[in-house]
Amino acid sequence: MSAEARTTPATALAADVRAGRRSAVEVLEEHLARIATTEGDVHAFNLVTEAHARAQAAAVDGAVSEGRDPGPLAGVPVALKDLICTRGVPTTCSSRILEGWTPPYDATVVTRLAAAGAVFVGKTNMDEFAMGSSTEHSAFGPTRNPHDLSRVPGGSSGGSAAAVAAGYAPVSLGSDTGGSIRQPAALCGVVGAKPTYGLVSRYGLVAFASSLDQIGPFTTTVADAALVLDVIGGHDPRDSTSLPDTAREKAASRLGRGVEGLRVGVISELAGAQGIATDVAARVRHAADALAGAGAKVEEVSVTSVVYGLSAYYMIAPAEASSNLARYDGVRYGLRVPGEDITDMYIATRSAGFGPEVKRRIMLGTYALSAGYYDAYYGKAQKVRTLIIQDFEEAYRSYDVLLSPTSPTTAFELGAKTSDPLTMYLNDVCTIPSNLAGHPAVSVPFGTGDDGLPVGVQVLAPALGEPVMFQVAEVLEAAVAGAPGGAK
Amino acid sequence: MARLARLSLTDDELHQYTSQLAGVLEHAADIEALDIEGVPPTAHPFPLVNVLRDDVVAASLDRAEVLGQAPDVDQDRFRIPRILGEAP
Repeated sequence: MSAEARTTPATALAADVRAGRRSAVEVLEEHLARIATTEGDVHAFNLVTEAHARAQAAAVDGAVSEGRDPGPLAGVPVALKDLICTRGVPTTCSSRILEGWTPPYDATVVTRLAAAGAVFVGKTNMDEFAMGSSTEHSAFGPTRNPHDLSRVPGGSSGGSAAAVAAGYAPVSLGSDTGGSIRQPAALCGVVGAKPTYGLVSRYGLVAFASSLDQIGPFTTTVADAALVLDVIGGHDPRDSTSLPDTAREKAASRLGRGVEGLRVGVISELAGAQGIATDVAARVRHAADALAGAGAKVEEVSVTSVVYGLSAYYMIAPAEASSNLARYDGVRYGLRVPGEDITDMYIATRSAGFGPEVKRRIMLGTYALSAGYYDAYYGKAQKVRTLIIQDFEEAYRSYDVLLSPTSPTTAFELGAKTSDPLTMYLNDVCTIPSNLAGHPAVSVPFGTGDDGLPVGVQVLAPALGEPVMFQVAEVLEAAVAGAPGGAK
Repeated sequence: MARLARLSLTDDELHQYTSQLAGVLEHAADIEALDIEGVPPTAHPFPLVNVLRDDVVAASLDRAEVLGQAPDVDQDRFRIPRILGEAP
């Protein structure tokens, strides 16, 4: 199928709906029609919520006709990753253990998007409990890449990335623990941003690894990503890890300023590292040249410890997951498989409800935290985390933003990496360091690889550096649009 | 380890996970190359202290809605299989 089925950007749609030039219902029907045409092949959604969406769109139109402003996302169709809680609408995490569960409350991001006039079209497929890089670890079958149906969309937020790439919605939300927004964004040719840890409330986000998880947007443009982040971001008293609002600039505040005089560091350990495909590395060099051409000061910079992020992450994230997923015990919600006594019931429920990758990570995390191994694995990983933060701090003394590939390769074939977990984990080598540090990073589509599939370039910034991050990302976006032959 | 995690694995699963996880642990050994002597551990990206909410009465989740999602309920409580050795 054609990946040209791009929807109009959210900023333009919302402007039309607010001004009464288009109705929210008409905008929604256009997107639902696109879903009806190709979703059977793509499988971006676990659930399409047409009736709910039609009611929301009609309410937006009602507000406009009464002269009230529905908000900055008026009538914009939004798809939600299926681990973001929606009251009365099933939220499965693509797991059998939560099949049929309907949350008794809305996530804060859902409340904020709805208040801004957004219209929710459905819940998107994902790797079970966000554990994976291809969306093949879903209990409900894989999502396929709209650019090439034989390829994966990336993961874990593969359904959200595919939904935007296929034109089902101009905006979707995903979650990013080690790259789960940025890597699928790169593979599907859309913009995907992981905000600073604590910028977006995680109230109502089903937890994977609590010191790493962040919610962020997928969009077709950089300006849309900044707009959505400004709607969903900000302090929430219901999330104790939520940052205070003091001294925070709007994410969109530096758009349109260009990069004249900005200092950009290309991370040498990631730009040309072993395992980074040559066509991807070439695109990163082109991106660096484009920024230099636009007036930025671009240099290579060494951030020594980042390559060790992968090892640290695959101790820390499973450790936190093994603890977080202890709550799926068949007592308060979700699946229960009966047992003789409570321990039998726990074991029967969890063994039947969790898929293979989730079990693998729980086992790894339980091991990393167990007596006798804690210091050797989890303890060491936490120290590596400190080194990565220190190395980033050092780099940001000389550079405003850093640049790297997002994913080592373009989208790979379904089934290519499912038999060897380590090969799958290596997909995250460039994205993990930002999660460990709590920093923001965005993947911007930057042309295609030798196979004609999208390549993403990653712009990394220090904590709360979203404004400068989007400022640079927007210049890359313009450079691609202005290049001869468009995406090439 | 599976018992600790409250999982029951088939022999096939055990065999597969053992070799796969050994591969991951082997890769993780690359951090031995780093000098981490005296480096403090980081558990969380930002130093957080206890966060308390204002002591104001607010609505909690709807009880019927919450209990409606439970696998087994008895008199407004979650019902579970027996915990101790004696007959129920």
